[in-house]
Amino acid sequence: MTLTHYLVLAAILFAIGATTVLLRRNAIIVFMGVELMLNSTNLLLVTFARMHGDLTGQVLAFFVMVVAAAEVVVGLGIIVSIFRTRRSASVDDVNLLKS
Amino acid sequence: MSTFVAPDIAWGPLVPVLVVLLAAVAGVLVEAFVPERLRRTVQLTLSLAALAGALVAVAVLWGDVRRTGGTDVLAGSLVVDGPALVLQGTVALLALLSVLLVADRVTGDEDAFAPTAAAVPGSDYEELARRRGLRQTEVFPLVLFATGGMMIFPATADLLTLFIALEVLSLPLYLLSGLARRRRLLSQEASMKYFLLGAFTSAIMLFGIALLYGYSGSIRFSEIAAATATPGGTDDLLLVGAVLLLVGLLFKVGAVPFHQWTPDVYQGAPTPVTGFMAACTKVAAFGALLRVVYGMLPGMRWDLEVVLWTVAILTMVVGTVAALVQTDVKRLLAYSSIAHAGFVLTGVVALDDSGITAVLFYLLAYGATTLGAFGLVALVRERGTRDGTDEPAVLGEATRLSQWAGLGRTHPALAVTFTLFLLSFAGIPLTAGFTGKFAVFSAAVAGGAWPLALVGVLASVAAGFFYVRIIVLLFFTEPAGSPAGADGTAVGEPAGGERVDGADGADGGDAPVASGVGGATAAGAAPLAAATADATAGPGTATADATAGPGTATATATATGTTVERGTTTVVPGEGLTVVAVAVCALLTVVLGVAPQPVLDAIGSVAVLLP
Repeated sequence: MTLTHYLVLAAILFAIGATTVLLRRNAIIVFMGVELMLNSTNLLLVTFARMHGDLTGQVLAFFVMVVAAAEVVVGLGIIVSIFRTRRSASVDDVNLLKS
Repeated sequence: MSTFVAPDIAWGPLVPVLVVLLAAVAGVLVEAFVPERLRRTVQLTLSLAALAGALVAVAVLWGDVRRTGGTDVLAGSLVVDGPALVLQGTVALLALLSVLLVADRVTGDEDAFAPTAAAVPGSDYEELARRRGLRQTEVFPLVLFATGGMMIFPATADLLTLFIALEVLSLPLYLLSGLARRRRLLSQEASMKYFLLGAFTSAIMLFGIALLYGYSGSIRFSEIAAATATPGGTDDLLLVGAVLLLVGLLFKVGAVPFHQWTPDVYQGAPTPVTGFMAACTKVAAFGALLRVVYGMLPGMRWDLEVVLWTVAILTMVVGTVAALVQTDVKRLLAYSSIAHAGFVLTGVVALDDSGITAVLFYLLAYGATTLGAFGLVALVRERGTRDGTDEPAVLGEATRLSQWAGLGRTHPALAVTFTLFLLSFAGIPLTAGFTGKFAVFSAAVAGGAWPLALVGVLASVAAGFFYVRIIVLLFFTEPAGSPAGADGTAVGEPAGGERVDGADGADGGDAPVASGVGGATAAGAAPLAAATADATAGPGTATADATAGPGTATATATATGTTVERGTTTVVPGEGLTVVAVAVCALLTVVLGVAPQPVLDAIGSVAVLLP
């Protein structure tokens, strides 16, 4: 089990997250996809930190966690307000803005 | 165990950013501790003072930076050099004007934001909150936080700061776009689209950051640039990482193919916020892009040139072509902003030293123009009645282009100012837009990117067409519908859907116009004429010209035929704050167009990026 395995795992998780964002229809699930992408990046950062033998990557990972938490607050706020208006959190339903 | 060494922080160069962020924090405390009736005044004063303070701080730092070329602070996380200062000053100035737009209570006692954002649109609770005159003064700290992020963004020297600044500027903007008072469904939808796409691209960008860190073992731009000089075995990491990082930045500037959010969000967000986003975000994001492309990736020039050229050409072409077919003013300005992002990109891609000056100047000119244009959009309103009552009122913004027909005759001051901004967008000589375009295109030619300049000039000519079309619409077209037809339908039609429900609001918005134009001959009935007189009587007091100010409202003209002929579209003066902001923008547009040399020289004298 080399460090490269972790990199591959991170890439796979990132791809799963991105696919989730692009394919799923529920805003909450889409948002979970984004979170998965952020966390896979954390794994990548920590692995690189280990490979390079310095702490910068780990520090970055901490910042990413904080940012992810802040994003959850804002994002869920927006999604919940939309749900209360429309009784639906589907991203297909938000289609009023068109050219 | 090594001992902890406290970092040595040079606070001086940080002052512009610190002032804004501290004021934002203070604004949050104001929300908690200041009584409600004072809150708006306090917040407004605090915001204006902070942004003016930031401007002063930039001016004070200017001489030093000009002499020394700038310093890096916070152990190299942030650089305060010439371009950073210019961009911080630009952002602070434009944000100052945006705050005026945000604060203005355009219709009666109501500003552009929902009384309580938590209320479900159309609910009794919302109506109650409206009647009580509640307002969401949280918008001021949110704007300040976003401004703080935007001031850090172009001054970053490492990837971590870049990411944090991106989030600090984005998160408040996601919220602000969802707070519109009218057409709330559209606003919430814009907010959600912006948030989901923004979060997605920032995750992609973060992955790029991680790959660049993996490649070079450092997050400092200069060290990554040094690492790119010596080819190693992991060049794929570098290339993929750089492209992913650029995706994040290009999303923020609204470049094709990452532009899909722009028209939707610009249309749905409250107009003052749209102006703020269009002007300040673009300035900040291009600043960061400039630093990344010039500071971190010059070693990858040959690899990335293809990508950046393609994006620049696509952005100019798609932005222009899509703008040609728009029927909504805000959407049209959004596509125009995409096209302008393409023009600025030609200056960035040029990778020529004159490109930096050109881009900085263009951003200032474009920011002032676009902010003024959105400020005017906020003043042009529909007229109708409040839901369920016959009480006449000024409703939401009349953003349909057809509703703007003939404004040049009824409201010449507004139309002339808007024409000035359009001419500047089109790049007609003696406006700021011309100087900016000339500067970026000549930088592109100097950098050997003449095909880009050629496409840019062609796109400008094509864009000129639709700007002129609007000018024709303003001055040489009959106002939508003759008196009876237009007003008659307006009284019945938009009131129900307009204020409460975005879904109906979107459709209801064009209903009066369509029927006004078509049914002008049909609806000549006497009762309707009476209704017309009623509808105009009330808001007539508010139909002063943009420049006239509240004092000189045309109260006497209400019952006469002249007001009736104005149809469903009216122009409200607001409290004067918007008018002031627009006037400053117009002044900047003219001054930067007529006498750009001092500004160009001033920017040119400091336009050296510190590594």
